[in-house]
Amino acid sequence: MTIHNDLPFSRRDLLKGGGALVVGFHLGGMASPALAARGDVAGPPDPGVIDTWIAVHTDNTATIYLGKGEFGQGNTTGLLQIAGEELDLDMSQLKWVALDTNVTPDQGATTSSSSIHRGGPQVRAAAAEARSALLALASTRLGVQAGSLTVTKGVVSIDGHPARSVTYGELLGDKPFNVKFTGTAPQKPIGRYKLVGARVPRVDIPEKASGKYVHMQHLRMPDMLHGRVVRPRGQRAYGDGAKPLSIDESSIAGIPGARIVRKGDFVGVVAPEEWDAVKAAQALKVKWRESSTLPGNADLFARMRAAKTTDTVIADWGDAAAALASATHVATATYRCPYQSHAPFAPNCALADVGPDGALVISSTQDIYNSRAMLAVVLGLPVEKVRVQYCEGSGTFGRSCYEDAAQAAAVMSQAVGKPVRVQFMRWDELGWDDYGPAHLADVRAGVDAGGRLVAYEYHGWQHGWMINETTHELVHATPPKELTSGPPSIPVNRMSTGSMYAVANRRVVSHAVPMVGYLKGAPLRSPLDLSFAFASEQTIDELAFAVKMDALEFRLSNIGDARWLGVLNAAAAAAQWRPRVAAPSLSHAEIVSGRGIALGTHHVSYGAAVAEIEVNRRTGEIVAKRVCGALDAGQAINPALVENQIIGQMIQATSRTLKEEVRFEPTGVTSLDWSSYPVLRFAEHPEVIPVVVQRLDEPSTGAGEEVMGATAAAIANAFFDATGVRLRQYPMTPERVKAALAAART
Amino acid sequence: MADELKIKVNGEMRPVTASADTPLLYVLTNELRLQGPRFGCGLAQCGSCSVLADGKEIRSCVTPVANVVGKSITTLEGLPAIYAQQKGLARAPALHPLQQAFIDVQAMHCGYCYNGMTIKGSELLAQNPKPSEAEIRAHMNGHLCRCGTYPRVMQAIKLAGNTMAGEQR
Repeated sequence: MTIHNDLPFSRRDLLKGGGALVVGFHLGGMASPALAARGDVAGPPDPGVIDTWIAVHTDNTATIYLGKGEFGQGNTTGLLQIAGEELDLDMSQLKWVALDTNVTPDQGATTSSSSIHRGGPQVRAAAAEARSALLALASTRLGVQAGSLTVTKGVVSIDGHPARSVTYGELLGDKPFNVKFTGTAPQKPIGRYKLVGARVPRVDIPEKASGKYVHMQHLRMPDMLHGRVVRPRGQRAYGDGAKPLSIDESSIAGIPGARIVRKGDFVGVVAPEEWDAVKAAQALKVKWRESSTLPGNADLFARMRAAKTTDTVIADWGDAAAALASATHVATATYRCPYQSHAPFAPNCALADVGPDGALVISSTQDIYNSRAMLAVVLGLPVEKVRVQYCEGSGTFGRSCYEDAAQAAAVMSQAVGKPVRVQFMRWDELGWDDYGPAHLADVRAGVDAGGRLVAYEYHGWQHGWMINETTHELVHATPPKELTSGPPSIPVNRMSTGSMYAVANRRVVSHAVPMVGYLKGAPLRSPLDLSFAFASEQTIDELAFAVKMDALEFRLSNIGDARWLGVLNAAAAAAQWRPRVAAPSLSHAEIVSGRGIALGTHHVSYGAAVAEIEVNRRTGEIVAKRVCGALDAGQAINPALVENQIIGQMIQATSRTLKEEVRFEPTGVTSLDWSSYPVLRFAEHPEVIPVVVQRLDEPSTGAGEEVMGATAAAIANAFFDATGVRLRQYPMTPERVKAALAAART
Repeated sequence: MADELKIKVNGEMRPVTASADTPLLYVLTNELRLQGPRFGCGLAQCGSCSVLADGKEIRSCVTPVANVVGKSITTLEGLPAIYAQQKGLARAPALHPLQQAFIDVQAMHCGYCYNGMTIKGSELLAQNPKPSEAEIRAHMNGHLCRCGTYPRVMQAIKLAGNTMAGEQR
């Protein structure tokens, strides 16, 4: 029996032939998974066999089948390093393929900075087991015990007899391992690591520089149509949907080949030429049912506070109320944090070919298997008839509109019987995003006369996340669906609200606001941790000021955990922090400067930041001059990748702290482009000094989100240092700065 | 109806079937199947679709294809060749020095905005091989990056300037 170990169709191979990237496929129909070529049957492939994870080729290379997608964070490089380390292969001998529900293992969603944290140990164990199997084969071939074999770059030789050798490719070349994945194979001791911990260049960067890299937006299918969604510009209140009362078909009659696709409340257009689809979507006259039930930015926080909430006590140690009553100094304040958009640089794009017997959908989803399940419901097909492939788009930073675009393409393809490529327009992506939810916080904390933190109390209000996607809800005209507890609600994160401090009395309460009547929510990079840190770490800073202590010193003296101390000291050292009490010499100069320090996290890694800013007291403008961020993510597989992530986090967090806010009226969202949803621009970016606190002996944890909160709070604390005034709402726009400074003068 | 236009792209005259009002971007991506210019906003706000027209950066998403008839369009794909021409090199390198610098400093995350970063950065370096930080900030300010890689773009432009200074004819 011959097993074909062909790679699943490689987009790069298909790209050959003039740059026109055309993909084709045939739907699964093979009788037996055992006889099928890789990719011919619906997955997920059996995670309990090594062949699902690794294939060794005759040219002495290996393909590692990763279940975590490359989103530009470099996880592919890191995961290949882990595999190469255990297999004793170098980077040039390792290949990877795009995620595909017929091909790649289900390692769960590429979310929560989990690629290395949760995906890494699986890849390491699989590679170790593959190595053991290869050594067993070599032992037989070379006639010595496996214990006397060494491996270098996939060449197995006998200790002391380097000429007596055999390669992995010769041992197994494109044949299956037929070995169970038990997870029990011995793994390489950390002391012998060569690839792990090394600053290996990213595997995806050369083609991203040359322009040969294939992004989702580059893909085409033969005979496809271009599709666009048609919706009101800017979403209305969740629950009000977008109901077309009438559609004037004659409004696009003059556009060649343009057709309307309507299913339930879903409206889209298709046309053979992309520009015609764009024009048709803009020209189509639709009368929408009116809606005016959002609070608008003006009434948002009052409505959240008045909402009938579902409350959960997240942490309750000691007696916070009593400790606050007896504290020497208490800091009490309310903080207001905005809706923010994922705002991917390129709007999402998807390609779908849906027929009566099955569907292929390609998108930039963070979870191909969940995407497949959702598409099956929308299309009314059995899940095994839907194949989903991942192709990198632009950075998504959580759940942007990729599922919405994928479902829209699939619905339109099903309706017209041809492949359809949907590209969201800028206003679709910004206006119909599932936003990072707004947050309202009441924080109180107290110190004793000696500067010891004795009490901490945090109350947070926010709503949860979308369960179904917008296209799904429009197609099926389903009633709003949400949960206020359990997944996918988003409670206050206990890790981000004072957990780093040794405080005996701590109470954290989450007030879940129902999402109906607000904007759609979804996880946005470091979900709500910016908001939690913005509120929590300003409170801590106020207490340091109250007891006339340096902000770093105050934190050091109230923390016992060596890893928190590690990042705090690392960030302070990078910034050459000199101890002094904040806001020592307030100036009336037009431009004043300040510095701030703060901590933050997402789940388990440790983040600290120092920010240095200038404030123009006349114009209200804040310029972030320099930010230093330290991240302890345990064993950093590739410190260069972590540094890159720290830089990205700190620039994006600066953007979110200073500029980003979804604007909306009672009738809908008005942030629809880069003018109405401004982000940090090139000329505004601070210098970034990234510091990786390497801990080779600790498990690897996430590295893509944990410095965001610290950065936001460090900027806010720097504002106080510069002006002597607290700004308790972000983004810290010129208007808010001027208002806060004016209020402080009266 | 489709007009019959010819436009010069990366040194070659190419017939175009799209209507004259079609933005150049859609012609480059769908008819000529080039991967460099790409859709970002369609509003000339982000720089994703940038190309050079007679050496000057323009936004192809808002430029009707008819407007570039008679001009010489260079996309990301044509940058190494135009660089060789500018420098009088015997043959085009595989990559423009700025592309190589982006690899050397491991600049990009998703890389989607790097068409614009490369086009705009190369335009600056062609005019001013030793730009100051302030000049780089000012020149690049119309190009957004959502992943937050601005510091590495800055670093790469300086590095490429140094490389180019060493490649005088």
